[in-house]
Amino acid sequence: MKRYFQVVWAVLWKDVRIEWRTKDMFTSMAVFAVLALLIFNFAFELRVPDKRMVVPGVLWVAVAFSGVLGLGRAFINEKDKGSLAGLLLAPVDRSAIYLGKMLANFLFILVVEAFILPLITVFFNVAIISLPLLLILFLGTLGFSAVGTVFSALAVNTRAREVLLPVLLFPVLLPVLLAGIRATIGFLEGETLVDNLNWLRMIGFFDILFLVVAFLTFDYVVEE
Amino acid sequence: MSDPLIQIRGLHKYFGRHRVLRGIDLDIPAGQTLILLGPNGAGKTTLLRILSTLSRPTQGQVQVAGVNTSANPEGIRQYLGMVSHAPLLYDDLSAAENLEFYARLYGLQDPGHRVQELLKQVELYHRRKDLVRTFSRGMTQRLAIARALLHNPPILLLDEPDTGLDPQAAELMTDLLRDIGGRERTIVMTTHHLDRGFALADQVAILAGGKLVLNIPASQISAPELRPLYDRLVNQQRRKA
Repeated sequence: MKRYFQVVWAVLWKDVRIEWRTKDMFTSMAVFAVLALLIFNFAFELRVPDKRMVVPGVLWVAVAFSGVLGLGRAFINEKDKGSLAGLLLAPVDRSAIYLGKMLANFLFILVVEAFILPLITVFFNVAIISLPLLLILFLGTLGFSAVGTVFSALAVNTRAREVLLPVLLFPVLLPVLLAGIRATIGFLEGETLVDNLNWLRMIGFFDILFLVVAFLTFDYVVEE
Repeated sequence: MSDPLIQIRGLHKYFGRHRVLRGIDLDIPAGQTLILLGPNGAGKTTLLRILSTLSRPTQGQVQVAGVNTSANPEGIRQYLGMVSHAPLLYDDLSAAENLEFYARLYGLQDPGHRVQELLKQVELYHRRKDLVRTFSRGMTQRLAIARALLHNPPILLLDEPDTGLDPQAAELMTDLLRDIGGRERTIVMTTHHLDRGFALADQVAILAGGKLVLNIPASQISAPELRPLYDRLVNQQRRKA
């Protein structure tokens, strides 16, 4: 078991180190998120009486679309540079490689979220940052990364990989996104964590489901 | 005669409806160097990917040290090192960081010492802190060989490792492969360079159109005889297809 987690840590640390040097993923995700926020800000400027009505949707759409950019790069970089075969040749349970890549994606998306939350507060003049919201974002991002990492590995071997990932991912992710948006609406309207427990449970359920399915299928997904 | 270290029986591989390998039977004894020759599209890379457990056979069996690769791929990978024309390295990590990362994947006890030893062996110790993106093709391939040797595997699979190398770098690589070969390591190498490959070979095989059309000990043929034989067998197979 110790060896398993050594591999998870090695893969995670490798991805973090490369991202720290290149900033490839963060730059594309952050720029995309800022542009999305700006466009939403201008689009809703004239027509929406209370911006709190649109902020939950804006937040989750920005997270989902910028996140999908990052997830897409996760395996494309490995595949294009040939290093994916190097990972798969390691004498380890391939779920350890999945877990390392998934945790790296999870971390990168969390960093982008930390970057866009203050921007939403500034652009929309809505105090959005709160502990319950951070919790729901954390859980939603976990589910997003769990299923997104598998689909990213699946899409990388196809010709239309850039298009295929969102096409596969968003329908599956819909319950998590909807629950996340509903809970965020509740928090902005002053509801407590207990009031939104059902939404939290729903996200938690899908997180576990996505993780279990990903663990069971990753080996087949990456094999020819 | 002892059992072969690698035993392939009735191996077929399809990609969709396209048949890439057609009934391959091949034995490779321990400590031997098999040179696998063949034109582009003959199925050499597919065969090596199956041997390395990166791909599954559609039909047939591959056994390494008596163990079926489909039954225990994770265990088999401990025996294998692979170098392909893609170096399987990370451009944005240094030479030492790349090897340290792979050493952790292979669960080495003292990665630092082994990395240092291998970097010296492939003459890249002085460049250990440089990013791989700054390396020439020859240096990258030498580092790729070091990566494949990290866990000291008894079997080395080399898929056209000399692709894109200038003659001097290719010569350096041939010398390196001769050094790391020896009687205790089994090497399967695909190449388009007949002379260079033959210089290393104990056993010569030719794959054409997914079929093994020749498999003989290198002692049964001379280097000048190999080229015409290769051309004849490959053309025969082309006409049949």
